[in-house]
Amino acid sequence: MTREALLEKVKEIIKPYVGDGEAFDNLTEASDLINDLKINSAHVVDIVLDIESEFDIMIDDDAINDMTTVASSIDLIQSKME
Amino acid sequence: MNKRVVITGMGVVAPNGVGVEDFNKSLKAGKSGIRFWEESKRLNFRCHVGGKPPVTREIIEEQLPPFIAKKITNNAVIYGCLAGLEAWRDAGLDTHPEKRDPDTGSVFGSGALSMDSYIDTKIYPIDQGEHKKLGTISIPETMASGASAFLNNTLAFGNRTMANSSACITGSEALALGFETVQSGMAKRMLCGSTEGDGRYIWSGFDAMRILCSVSNDEPEKASRPMNIKPMGFVPAGGAGALVIEDLDTALERGAKIYAEILSSHFNSGGQREGGSMTAPNSDAVQECISQCIDKSGIDIREIDLISGHLTSTKGDVIEVKNWSKTLGLPKEEFPYINTPKSMIGHCIGGAGSVELVACLLQMRDGYIHPNLNLGEIHPEISELVPAERIPTTRVDREISTVIKANFGFGDLNCVILLRKWK
Repeated sequence: MTREALLEKVKEIIKPYVGDGEAFDNLTEASDLINDLKINSAHVVDIVLDIESEFDIMIDDDAINDMTTVASSIDLIQSKME
Repeated sequence: MNKRVVITGMGVVAPNGVGVEDFNKSLKAGKSGIRFWEESKRLNFRCHVGGKPPVTREIIEEQLPPFIAKKITNNAVIYGCLAGLEAWRDAGLDTHPEKRDPDTGSVFGSGALSMDSYIDTKIYPIDQGEHKKLGTISIPETMASGASAFLNNTLAFGNRTMANSSACITGSEALALGFETVQSGMAKRMLCGSTEGDGRYIWSGFDAMRILCSVSNDEPEKASRPMNIKPMGFVPAGGAGALVIEDLDTALERGAKIYAEILSSHFNSGGQREGGSMTAPNSDAVQECISQCIDKSGIDIREIDLISGHLTSTKGDVIEVKNWSKTLGLPKEEFPYINTPKSMIGHCIGGAGSVELVACLLQMRDGYIHPNLNLGEIHPEISELVPAERIPTTRVDREISTVIKANFGFGDLNCVILLRKWK
């Protein structure tokens, strides 16, 4: 899967959790999940669950801490899919 | 000095109508929302009928915030949020507040919020060793204050924000609790309501108790027949209602439209003694509850235009009417009109009081008394006390100024509220 395609899928997954509609419209790979997209930190766990089921991968608890931005989330998915 | 308290907004999700105007149309037309449910039959229930609000995907997407719309599967939470937000919009209040409002709070209850049909998708994974799949919303979707919490997430209450749970009186008790809070000056505004989901997990326990109607599976719309000579058990249903209440000055200052004033409320318990039990009422306590409510209001009993009863279509209906008759102490020919929407929507359990309060307000607003469907032959012990024309089977168009609303619930609980149309 191309990185562009992954980005689209990740955007779709995180959309319901984004607290600020404007921030979602301006989303880039550099966007920080909590600070830029105003996602409630508790919902990062839900995003992980949605990613696991969408891509059929397992993400361990330690790896969740590295998932701070859209880019790092895509990196993590790519590394698990290899 | 007590504040006067008025109702300035309402919202409802009922089996025969989603949204206030849809519900109003059904009440006026005597339209039933009771349907046959294949699932209940397949699972060997005795009762195969029930009331599920026709909430569509479109309604959810259009009316709820995106997160709730996309992620919440618990019907009790969905119905509660739909009703609560409709009431808020109806009152002309901001549904996207930036800051919490310390003058505004909420009482939003539920009967068995976590028992909705979402159990199989969320709870069963636990037994498969997959509890991690629960994610973070399983807690707010199971806690009794779940609907309250999601409404708070949207509306940013800053005053007391509670979730009561008192079986079938939950809805009227929520209003009574909010009323006391505003009346005493502790808050200027409260959102009061209650909700109940629907489906097999909630209904099975009642079915096992043999208190649901099992003789009308082929004629669902005729199953609920309050005050009939042969009450065959109640029809289970889901639904939610919500009211915005404010102290009079606050409402007038912002030019809010006012539906009604809450004159008084009273709630008590029969203590499950002297005839009272988990399921049967202690009639002394019921009568005390009604008379205390009337006494507090200061009205003359003859001013009551309409009794909106609890009247579940069980043998409790006779006991209830006897209690009304004895407490009011009026000659038979002066007995007020009496009705209940349960003949059309069944028993919304924890949601019942709130849904039925919305029905009371609509009847006052538009000047009508909605019909009691399926009355057929009136129970003789009721006929003895109430003239047949006071239990209308077709709509009666007339001015309704004063309504007394009661709910009675499991655990021997009673709640009575007196409302007066705002003029």
